[in-house]
Amino acid sequence: MRTAARTVGLQEAIAELVRDGDTIALEGFTHLIPVAAGHELIRQRRRELTLVRMTPDIVYDQLIGAGCARKLVFSWGGNPGVGSLHRLRDAVERGWPSPLELEEHSHAGMANRYAASAAGLPFAVLRGYTGTDLPDRTETIRPVTCPFTGEVLTAVPALELDVAIVHAQRADRAGNVQMWGLTGVQKEAVLGAKRSLVTVEEIVDELDPTPDAVVLPAWTVTRVAAVPGGAKPSYAQGYYERDNDAYRAWDAIGRDRETFARWLDDEVLGGAPAP
Amino acid sequence: MSAPSATEVMTVAAARSLRDGTSCLVGIGPPGAAANLAQRLHAPGLVLVYESGAIGAKPNRLPLSIGDGILAETADAVVTVPEMFNYWIGPGRIDVGFLGAAQIDRFANINTTIVGDDYQHPKVRLPGAGGAPEIAAACAEVTVILRQSPRAFVERLDFVTSVGHGDGPGSRERLGLAGGGPTRVITDLGILEPNPETRELTLVAVHEGVAVDEVREATGWALRVADEPRTEPAPSAAELETLRALAGG
Repeated sequence: MRTAARTVGLQEAIAELVRDGDTIALEGFTHLIPVAAGHELIRQRRRELTLVRMTPDIVYDQLIGAGCARKLVFSWGGNPGVGSLHRLRDAVERGWPSPLELEEHSHAGMANRYAASAAGLPFAVLRGYTGTDLPDRTETIRPVTCPFTGEVLTAVPALELDVAIVHAQRADRAGNVQMWGLTGVQKEAVLGAKRSLVTVEEIVDELDPTPDAVVLPAWTVTRVAAVPGGAKPSYAQGYYERDNDAYRAWDAIGRDRETFARWLDDEVLGGAPAP
Repeated sequence: MSAPSATEVMTVAAARSLRDGTSCLVGIGPPGAAANLAQRLHAPGLVLVYESGAIGAKPNRLPLSIGDGILAETADAVVTVPEMFNYWIGPGRIDVGFLGAAQIDRFANINTTIVGDDYQHPKVRLPGAGGAPEIAAACAEVTVILRQSPRAFVERLDFVTSVGHGDGPGSRERLGLAGGGPTRVITDLGILEPNPETRELTLVAVHEGVAVDEVREATGWALRVADEPRTEPAPSAAELETLRALAGG
């Protein structure tokens, strides 16, 4: 029997859904990034996570710097419009706070891996990676021959996600989720994961029709949590704008280990209940 | 008005290269600024496509991120990321792609992955591939924008992230890359284009006030120079004014 998404608090949702060692995606292609949920993972001190995301940005930098990650599966890791992610670089270049294994793809490869997991297929096919050094470095890029034309194409395996976490504009009381604007790979992430959490700006009585909206029926989502402002400093179209200054300010905070540790204490761990 | 910065010189040259009525896949920084500038000057019918999913975006200011809210709000169509790569970029539906690079070689192959010769322990970990490999593979034309220095214009890439003209004539055909590959490289010193036969990057223009020898010194290989490289005119007052108004400064 299908069960509808249950609405819970963020702390309870993370405690229930995410275990140490899980493979987990917090998706959002520049928009609707589930930042508050990432901070809750840090507060609950999850460890040994395999973090998956096309565009790991500052919340992944924070998770990596806080020691939550063992591995990163990604296609572009940077602070958009600003520069490097310094915690990610420190982990890769100097193994601090712990070494970070990388599995890197292109955007097309990652998008197709998500699509394959949503479709329940073992792999996806694309024209890509040919002539680049990526197949030599990434085990999950292999050639495949088309059985109809004989053309050699590229295969990438479906992502095997334990948990997908996304942020949406709203849900109704039954747990149906609605998001609009740039929706990236969020639908694929939720449909492709064993368990899912959607944090939302608000829970409403009725979901009004909205242009270009993606709707996730309640029975495709495990938990919904109301977290107003949960995507800040990214944006939620129709609710708040991207805080570009916060992205610029992150550069200096993330650059230095001590500054980062202070930021973590003050802004994330401060007042957190013991795990 | 103050003199143009190096970035403004590159941005204006890139804007001039865009033709009206074409579609253009833009990122952030100079490429996005160039496309927005061209749309306001000589190419009002230019279609701006952002890999985040906005097709036909008409932003009235320059976004800091390719996923800025203004893009979806002003777009003709908004699509998901799998659709953007599988239905739009991959099949070569976008005419012009813009790419940046940390390193480029004489055949306009690009590195945005690592600096250093050890992948496991890089000297510098760069952001990685993003959409660049497929853009470089599939777009009919690709314009690369980066500052010219021996550190960036290298004899041998530390990592091939995106393929330009491979190791020379016939490379793209052998690899089955359907797009035309890099058609121009715009730097703060001049403009390079692949030689039609050898596919090797050749200096075809210098920016006003730049000597050919300066460009040679800023290149990590023996740079080919066209017989009579032209001079790319400095940004006009109208171009600079429009660009600065877009940037909000």
